[in-house]
Amino acid sequence: MKTVGKVYKYGDHVDTDVIIPARFLNTSDHSELASHCMEDIDTEYIKTVEKGDIIVGGENFGCGSSREHAPIAIKASGAGCVIARSFARIFFRNSINTGLPILESSEAVDGLTKGDKVEVDFTTGEIKNITTGKTYQAQPFPEFLQKIIQADGLINYAKQTAEGK
Amino acid sequence: MAMTMTQKILADHAGMDTVSAGQFVNCKLDLVLGNDITSPMAISEFSKMGVDGVFDKDKIAIVPDHFTPNKDIKAAEQCKKVREFATAKEITNYFEVGEMGIEHALLPEKGLVISGDLIIGADSHTCTYGALGAFSTGVGSTDMAAAMATGNAWFKVPSAIKFVLKGKLSPLVTGKDVILHIIGMIGVDGALYRSMEFVGDGVANLTIDDRFTMANMAIEAGAKNGIFPVDDVTLNYVKEHSKREPKVYTADEDASYDKVIEIELSKVPLTVAYPHLPDNTRAVSEAKDMAIDQVVIGSCTNGHITDLRQAAEIFKGRKIKKGMRAIIIPATQKIWLQAMHEGLFDIFVDAGCIVSTPTCGPCLGGHMGILAKSERAVATTNRNFVGRMGHPESEVYLAGPYVAAASAITGVISSPEELD
Repeated sequence: MKTVGKVYKYGDHVDTDVIIPARFLNTSDHSELASHCMEDIDTEYIKTVEKGDIIVGGENFGCGSSREHAPIAIKASGAGCVIARSFARIFFRNSINTGLPILESSEAVDGLTKGDKVEVDFTTGEIKNITTGKTYQAQPFPEFLQKIIQADGLINYAKQTAEGK
Repeated sequence: MAMTMTQKILADHAGMDTVSAGQFVNCKLDLVLGNDITSPMAISEFSKMGVDGVFDKDKIAIVPDHFTPNKDIKAAEQCKKVREFATAKEITNYFEVGEMGIEHALLPEKGLVISGDLIIGADSHTCTYGALGAFSTGVGSTDMAAAMATGNAWFKVPSAIKFVLKGKLSPLVTGKDVILHIIGMIGVDGALYRSMEFVGDGVANLTIDDRFTMANMAIEAGAKNGIFPVDDVTLNYVKEHSKREPKVYTADEDASYDKVIEIELSKVPLTVAYPHLPDNTRAVSEAKDMAIDQVVIGSCTNGHITDLRQAAEIFKGRKIKKGMRAIIIPATQKIWLQAMHEGLFDIFVDAGCIVSTPTCGPCLGGHMGILAKSERAVATTNRNFVGRMGHPESEVYLAGPYVAAASAITGVISSPEELD
């Protein structure tokens, strides 16, 4: 499992209210949520994001509310993964449950700049900055988490497992 | 093996004698909670699972409180979906608009959460019930869906930070000031993944409402949960509200903590958190001439009767500044009635405030008091993130009810001590 795309870089404590502001939570529609993703801190994001792009944050990414709408908005916007120094705990759990790949690596965060072209391999945890040629190593997902992400979230994974796929 | 209070509750609900930090456990749940924002998504996931019914219709609570009374057509559709699910699955604890309250004030009041319980809720402030000596934590909609089907959830056992509270608070200083002070000290990720265990002789001097406020904001320090020991104050509250027998867990004396922090309660100042993070705190006395447009007193953090009484103490015989909007939101219908009977509404309205029906409303920028560009509010709520109460360029300053009320009168962030 891999994603290749350009980097969007933000600071520490990117909260769920800026990932998807609460005023748009009167819907559960994924593409509608995605259309407002990050707009309070970066109005360009949703206009320019392309499939596979990578969001890079600092410490405590996804802090705040328990809204699963946050990882869903990021995923539905087309982003292929989020790399941060650390993640807030509910966001971490929600990302896995909804099939959004997330990786922790302070070295990668330091070494990635806005607009860099990057390839991320979730199986090995390797983060390759194609623009600079440098490579960083994050802890890869254990196999069962990779399966959840491949299945597009926990419920689908549980269903597939139950159906013996 | 010595355990913290949180670890003991997790062990017991996992059917194990001991657990240690970092271990993964599967626990039986006493209650699963959702609201009108998170439940619709959980219901969709639940439907995908293809199970017939919920694990226990008495152990699920659904409280439409965020965008209710329905603020617009889309919110109404979301609530309709929740209502239809609750009816179809015969959910006992579904609360319609006339019975409801803000979930984290309502559940303890209804006796649905008591000491020793293990609760998950699809709302980050589910950690509030730690005030009663329960383990409770926020999760997302998928976890809520799985829990509604199975009655179980997995957890990574957290380590803990111990906060030793000593002595008594100064006059006009409340639990809100203490928790803002603590978050300011350790930062918004200062307790990431951990428990915050509040102990010490100072606990006895905190009201149950102070404790609700403090446990409620544990998430604002990144914590998995916040928890208080069970004492007479807790047991009196639980007995008054529930027929169930509370279970009292006590941390082992030799339990291991990542950190121990002592807080002298008498030294905690009236505190305000500036935008845009709850850890951006300073003493109210340092806030000079910060003009504000609106005050909100309410939310799951500070919408209890104690909070309303404190606000009324300040508003009594005074008027809010011309042009100010002061919005009072009792957290539940019961609190609303109580405040009315105590004559607090007369005080609020005479001062120029409005009183709303219970709702999360403005706290998350939903409705009932949204801010325009460059407007500022002092709110007794829990978050001051970018755009939290409205326009992305508006600002929220977090404080307790005394400071919020005093600021509504002067029009600038003020200490109640400054009033005539």
